[in-house]
Amino acid sequence: MDELSSALAEVVGAREVAELARLSGGASRETFRFLADGRPLILQRQRGGDIRDMGVEADVVRAAFAAGVPVPELVASSNQPSAVGSAFMVLTAVEGETIARKILRDDEFRTARELLPAQFGRALAQLHTIDPATVPGLAPQDQVRMYRQLLDTSGEPHPTFELAFRWLEEHQPPPCPPTLVHGDFRLGNVMVGADGLRAVLDWELAHIGDPMEDLGWLCVKAWRFGSPKPVAGVGEYAQLIEAYEEASGLTVDPEVVRWWEVLGTLKWGIMCIGQANAHVSGVARSHELAAIGRRVCENEHDLFLALEGRW
Amino acid sequence: MNPHDMPSAEQLVEAVREWLERDVMTSTSGRLQFHARVAVNVLAMVERELQVGPTQAAVHRDRLEQLGCADERDLARRIRDGELDDRLPEVRELVWATAKDKLTVANPKYLD
Repeated sequence: MDELSSALAEVVGAREVAELARLSGGASRETFRFLADGRPLILQRQRGGDIRDMGVEADVVRAAFAAGVPVPELVASSNQPSAVGSAFMVLTAVEGETIARKILRDDEFRTARELLPAQFGRALAQLHTIDPATVPGLAPQDQVRMYRQLLDTSGEPHPTFELAFRWLEEHQPPPCPPTLVHGDFRLGNVMVGADGLRAVLDWELAHIGDPMEDLGWLCVKAWRFGSPKPVAGVGEYAQLIEAYEEASGLTVDPEVVRWWEVLGTLKWGIMCIGQANAHVSGVARSHELAAIGRRVCENEHDLFLALEGRW
Repeated sequence: MNPHDMPSAEQLVEAVREWLERDVMTSTSGRLQFHARVAVNVLAMVERELQVGPTQAAVHRDRLEQLGCADERDLARRIRDGELDDRLPEVRELVWATAKDKLTVANPKYLD
């Protein structure tokens, strides 16, 4: 940690780095918090072998900050192996809570919960104004094709998912201008304070696509964490859509949002298979991951509920 | 017929689950307690599967037979290839019923 502290002091140009502490260590990246001359900062570093390019993510965060999206400010980043890591970003620390269940249940977020639906709508409208041309390296994604391939690679047959893919292919929304989408906008990936949304985090799945993808994903049932309210567990569809329309000047077709919500439900189901496979294949032995495999049927049930009357 | 002495597989799993709930959950906190809770939920799921599994397997076999499919993989492929397009409402009804059966074991509260 001493070696990391002095390397960090060098990259942020600080005289002193103190209180370096690891916050979390996932399979692909680690997060640390530290004080640089008293200023609280966050280090995110990639572990070796990660296919994601943190340099692209750093460019996205910088562009989002410039567009006025509430995000941490990028202080330093590099894609070259160094004493700090194989690739890293240093960002300003934004205070608040990211744990969905606390945001949805704790009293201190009572006001935040009322503010969040409209704040989410405005933040999404803002981030969708970022010119994708300003971030080289962002790729367009055909999400239906991508997840169809993931399901096929998993080797698991799922008749419900086949029915859902058929529906999605037959009801494709009309094409739209290429837009930078966040790709994982939901509770857990946003910093929330008593005053609501403070920062949009975790931009590693940003790509070029349909802006309605972000709205639909925010409404997927898994991201309501047991709350009956459809938008992130805190609001109604109309609240999100009205705020988005007002801020963007665009007209939202709720059926297109629903199409993306259905695809999102299907995506999360396929991700559940992947998590269980990580255990079964031995990549990461864990009864928690194993149990997630048995959550696939929750998504199947949700797909039938969402598509009832729409087939 | 299985040759094993009592307790049954279901009772053995139940015994371990009860120990986790009674002793482990109450004397741990944080991440370890969370993982103990996950383990309790997994064992409760296995208990439910041991109870209703054989009946569910028979019902599932009947549903596949009704659709003329050998197994789940065959059903998935035929939906994808459009071979069941002339009876999709029936297919959806049976596949949804199977999803509900799976939830009855995995997470019955989800059906409320």
